[in-house]
Amino acid sequence: MKPRTIIEKIWDQHLIHRENGKPDLLYIDLHLVHEVTSPQAFEGLRMNHRSVRRPERTFATVDHNVPTAQNRETKDSISKIQIETLQKNCKDFGIELADIYSPHQGIVHVIGPELGLTQPGKTIVCGDSHTSTHGAFGAIAFGIGTSEVEHVLATQTLWQKRPKTMQIKVNGQLGIGVGAKDLILAIIAKYGISIGTGHIVEYTGEAIRRLSMEERMTVCNMSIEAGARAGLISPDQTTVDYIKGRRFAPKGAVFEETTRKWLELASDEGASYDRTIEIDASEIEPQVTWGTNPSMGASINDTVPDPESFESEEKRQAARKAITYMDLKPGTPIHDIPIDVVFIGSCTNSRISDLRQAAQIANGKHVHEGVRALIVPGSYTIKKQAEAEGLDKVFKEAGFEWREAGCSMCLAMNDDIVPSGKRCASTSNRNFEGRQGTGSRTHLVSPAMAAAAAIHGHFADIREFATTR
Amino acid sequence: MKAFQTFEGLVCPLDRTNVDTDQIIPKQFLKRVERKGFGACLFYNWRFDEKGNKKTDFILNQPDYAGASILVARDNFGCGSSREHAPWALQDYGFRVIIAPSFADIFFNNCQKNGVLAIRLDERKVETLIGCASQGAFHLTVNLAEQTLTGNEFKEKFDIDPYQKELLIKGLDEIAITLNYDNDITAYEQRHAM
Ligand code: SF4
Repeated sequence: MKPRTIIEKIWDQHLIHRENGKPDLLYIDLHLVHEVTSPQAFEGLRMNHRSVRRPERTFATVDHNVPTAQNRETKDSISKIQIETLQKNCKDFGIELADIYSPHQGIVHVIGPELGLTQPGKTIVCGDSHTSTHGAFGAIAFGIGTSEVEHVLATQTLWQKRPKTMQIKVNGQLGIGVGAKDLILAIIAKYGISIGTGHIVEYTGEAIRRLSMEERMTVCNMSIEAGARAGLISPDQTTVDYIKGRRFAPKGAVFEETTRKWLELASDEGASYDRTIEIDASEIEPQVTWGTNPSMGASINDTVPDPESFESEEKRQAARKAITYMDLKPGTPIHDIPIDVVFIGSCTNSRISDLRQAAQIANGKHVHEGVRALIVPGSYTIKKQAEAEGLDKVFKEAGFEWREAGCSMCLAMNDDIVPSGKRCASTSNRNFEGRQGTGSRTHLVSPAMAAAAAIHGHFADIREFATTR
Repeated sequence: MKAFQTFEGLVCPLDRTNVDTDQIIPKQFLKRVERKGFGACLFYNWRFDEKGNKKTDFILNQPDYAGASILVARDNFGCGSSREHAPWALQDYGFRVIIAPSFADIFFNNCQKNGVLAIRLDERKVETLIGCASQGAFHLTVNLAEQTLTGNEFKEKFDIDPYQKELLIKGLDEIAITLNYDNDITAYEQRHAM
């Protein structure tokens, strides 16, 4: 048989109907739901007297607009209605909901893997573009709009055009102090935010194999920032070890049997991709974005670029607009950019290993005067784990705020907002204009780089402190 | 979904690349549980200042473009968040057609599902269109069946996936179509012992 990529294998396994001139009808194994992109979908079901075809393949949580302050009281009445609407919808349609006070609550892309819902070979969708995160397990996982949410609720399927495949091969090893976030930011800085359009990306190569599951999630999470429909990594023993024992993982003998099937999904030797790009991990340095889309990034030891240095007028114009919005001057060393706010959280970087890295930097130090620094764990489970390890104490003693789980300042739909004109070092994934609050300025970085910026009040090269990756 | 046949409207140029859905509709407006009424929030941070006054330099606020229903923009329109509120806001504001050299995948699908026609047109032609539209009072006729765009001197064909074209022209409910495959879905579930 012709060698196939994991993308083709999973796609073919889920095919229900194929016909010339039409998209494929695919079965969807897992549908994750949250409060912001679902209300209109449930309303559509009710209007048409339809039900949810497979409630047990659907799992919901509240994350986008929930407060992350200690008492979790939702003051905003419109947010409250949105949360209550999801509670009612889940109850009416028989869907399990990790509600605000549930021990499973958290960012939808954090809890899926944590509960063992995310597994190799599955097709996974959610009304959220960062669904690509789940691809870290060797699943085809992608974001959908609300109409498609309704479609999946009603039919457990989606019409999808067969995507093109792209391989991003990362050779060599990441240097000390350089992490998964730097890797994906460097890829996007080099190739731009639309390189992946129309493609599903598979990340391969030595540097990828060496990443932990949490680091793989960081990489796959930002596939959408490269324009890709989804990003994934072929499963291996690291994947299997992570899943074992989790609530929704297969148990006992079934686990062994399933594991064998999972590992067979890995792309075959010699499988071909529509496009392949290769990069060398050892050349990557800690990254900081300076502009208003994730490709406008630089290494920590670079300077803010001169917009006139870009090759096309379109890029020059975009860079001029970005630098004006960000209130930066060409030639300023990235090191010297002062910071007002630090946000460590989001589905990109809010897992326990992210918090451990940040805590290592924060330990025994203090947040710089005038800087507000927040730590928002990705889930209740992570928060508890961090507290068991004493990380919360490290952070609190260093002057960081220790918050409850949610999306928080990643998109600032709740009260966690970067004030207009203020500058934030953020471990999230989008630095669009106004993303963290109207007029806010976002610099995307890794958790360690964010913690270092909090301590210094400006960016700093993490490698000056780090001894291990 | 409203059926789409021919459509004539005033063209507004938006001379920007990578217009993301956070700009099309900022997150503070995503809390509502309805589908309607998002037009007032379209491009909110570009249309209004911090006090809620109209920014006169933003193109949609210029009197020449009042009532525009066709938007022309540059590469990678609709990138970022998957929020379907973006096409809802465009549609509610009055836009029925968006033309750009390329669109982000999820946004493109979301338009389709709401009867907003997203047309990919090569960069050179978009350049011409932006030129025409920048003069003001430039109208285009979009004929979906014929796949043509016509306005003054401008006449071009555009490509569209035949299946998407059919859905748009007939204004079909995709869920109803899929439910015709119920037996296949059930058979799939049985084969996979679910
Ligand atoms: S953390 Fe940010 S990017 Fe992730 S799901 Fe929440 S809002 Fe979206």
